[in-house]
Amino acid sequence: MSKSVLIAEDVSKMYRLGLVSTKSLAHDLNRWWHVVRGKEDPYRMVGEANDRSSKGESEYVWALRDINFSIYEGEAVGIIGRNGAGKSTMLKLLSQVTQPTTGTIKVRGRIASLLEVGTGFHPELTGRENIFLNGAILGMRKKEIQRKLDEIIAFSGVERYIDTPVKRYSSGMYVRLAFAVAAHLESEILIVDEVLAVGDAEFQKKCLGKMGEVSKGQGRTVLFVSHNMYAIKSLCTRAIYMQNGTLKNDGNASLIVDQYLSGYDSMDTARAYQNNLSEKAVYLEKAVCQNAVGIEKYMFTADEPVRIVFTVRKKSPVRGVFLHFVLRNYEEVAILETDSREGGYPEIDTDLEGNFTSVIEIPSRILRSGRYHVSVGIRSEQHDPAQIESIASFMSFDVLADKSPRDARRNSILSTILDWKDAGRLEI
Amino acid sequence: MKEQEYSQDNWDLVIRSKTHWLSLNLRELWRYRDLLMLLVKRDYKASFKQTILGPIWFFIQPLLTSSVYAVIFGRIANISTDGNPRLLFYMAGVIMWNYFSTCLTATSATFVTNANIFGKVYFPRLIMPFSVVISNLLRFSVQFLFFFGVLIYYMMKPDYTVHLTWAVILTPLFLVIMALLGLSMGLIVSSLTTKYRDLAHLVGFGVQLMMYATPVVYPASFLQGKWKTILELNPMTSVIEGFRFAFMGSGEFNPMSLFYSIGVTLVLLFISVILFNKVEKGFMDTV
Ligand SMILES: Nc1ncnc2c1ncn2[C@@H]1O[C@H](COP(=O)(O)OP(=O)(O)O)[C@@H](O)[C@H]1O
Ligand SMILES: [Mg+2]
Repeated sequence: MSKSVLIAEDVSKMYRLGLVSTKSLAHDLNRWWHVVRGKEDPYRMVGEANDRSSKGESEYVWALRDINFSIYEGEAVGIIGRNGAGKSTMLKLLSQVTQPTTGTIKVRGRIASLLEVGTGFHPELTGRENIFLNGAILGMRKKEIQRKLDEIIAFSGVERYIDTPVKRYSSGMYVRLAFAVAAHLESEILIVDEVLAVGDAEFQKKCLGKMGEVSKGQGRTVLFVSHNMYAIKSLCTRAIYMQNGTLKNDGNASLIVDQYLSGYDSMDTARAYQNNLSEKAVYLEKAVCQNAVGIEKYMFTADEPVRIVFTVRKKSPVRGVFLHFVLRNYEEVAILETDSREGGYPEIDTDLEGNFTSVIEIPSRILRSGRYHVSVGIRSEQHDPAQIESIASFMSFDVLADKSPRDARRNSILSTILDWKDAGRLEI
Repeated sequence: MKEQEYSQDNWDLVIRSKTHWLSLNLRELWRYRDLLMLLVKRDYKASFKQTILGPIWFFIQPLLTSSVYAVIFGRIANISTDGNPRLLFYMAGVIMWNYFSTCLTATSATFVTNANIFGKVYFPRLIMPFSVVISNLLRFSVQFLFFFGVLIYYMMKPDYTVHLTWAVILTPLFLVIMALLGLSMGLIVSSLTTKYRDLAHLVGFGVQLMMYATPVVYPASFLQGKWKTILELNPMTSVIEGFRFAFMGSGEFNPMSLFYSIGVTLVLLFISVILFNKVEKGFMDTV
């Protein structure tokens, strides 16, 4: 085995949620003045008193608990886990943005980390000036940047605008330039958080290719967080699976990804939408995603249909109500639009009150892999704005391309299977 | 946040929870010197690109302020200017005080201004306040040249005794004292604001008060008795009086008092860097 370049020993990180201090000098002085006069603390929350059990639970959160691993030279390691599992926190500790509460991390060589694209970019400066500034923020010397400048500009693909202030860049160009800088850092270890999700499909591919080159070609060590299971499988030799701040599993990338996809984590029920308070006469109370057999989940494979269940509450007898559904992809491009009148949903239309449930099902093999955002509008044919609501991108689900590598090679917005009919052969 | 150790195991970096209270890593700070210069360049470019008013304001602000002081404190209150032309006298005080106070206010907002970047990438945090102090030097230089022009004008007029003295060679020292004093006081405030956010609102007011305890709108000779003692305890006094003595040949400049200012500055600098280094580590978790 080659030598280890990064070792984490019993690493834990605790965050404190509600801080004891009110964070205000005026409040603290006022509190002191009340206490001096024997009065009650004016800032104590109602119900907080002596309730130690609930207090203890709410004040601290272990974002990471006793993490142990070691990474060897030249490895490409994918870190997976659902939102809140502690992936970003782990990377923050490695890149020294924050300190571990307990434990030790030992590193050999320099770490370049990309937790967010374009940190420290200044809108007034040109692309070229920002390359220098951003490179220096990420720890490069000016000489190094100078040496890599042409390569960075070429990779970013924004040569034509390199002397234009970046405030005029599109968000895509911005991301390209920022990733280009980080990818060309001269470091032994490259750490990348879930940042590529913002670029377009082609650029994502380019970035993944670059990371592959960094690890396989240059023998540098790469650690990256991604929800793109196909990328993890194809790029990484190893994956670390995190769950609730602990390291659940660590091993061969394919095996770990399969375990992750088949497990509870793909359900991630926190992504459901729930709204119990609204002054509107008609409003969306609940929305969830389900698979074909009605199990709530938010990560689907391309071979599964996606079912979306909306529960609408009608507090007064409004007539002519219908739902208008829009599905957008990660670039917020609307790719699907439909309204409930198409299906003919009689009851919500009438003047009955109560909760109404509507279900739509997006068939399997329509959506390509990626993240999708659900928007819904509750409309009334009477066009009364007081009664209707529009909720944009309030819920998201992911389609993963784990089973079909073909999907990842296609660039189209939809990735459907069409019925290719054989129209016969003609003798010539 | 970081503790670099070069241990027998030859690890390049060992990250631990606890760091020594005096773990200032000067070597690392030095390694990031390019970043410091690029940040200064950024501030410089951004201030010229954003508005044309920015650079013009460099001149207008001290001119306007000095004129207002000349009317209020000079003409109306009739406070002495040690026999100097009023405009020149106040301008000297204003450009010096400006530099000190912007250093203080800007560094005191270090965590607030940089919360986002500090949360996403590691570099020695002290680089940010350092860059502020250096960037402001540019503005000071422009204002100083302007002041010098006004000075030459008055030197050529026979009715004033304005003249340069040997003390002009101390100008860089005056600047360094002001910069470090502003920096340290700013760092102390910034460290405290991580606990008390509303302290930030008091900074402007505090700086204003401190200005009246410094011979900016009056000469040191104007005060006597116990007020004088307060003035002498203020480390900025010798700097401003010294500057006026250097360029206008007036005032009560005592080189010994400069040593006092240097001493206070070094003590404050030491305290502030330690304090900053301490809070800097926990800050990112509380936003
Ligand atoms: N600054 C913070 N203060 C309090 N809690 C935090 C902070 N940062 C992260 N957390 C908590 O730590 C946990 C892990 O978060 P994170 O590492 O961002 O997860 P992931 O990147 O896997 O989605 C979450 O429960 C989150 O709420
Ligand atoms: Mg994250």
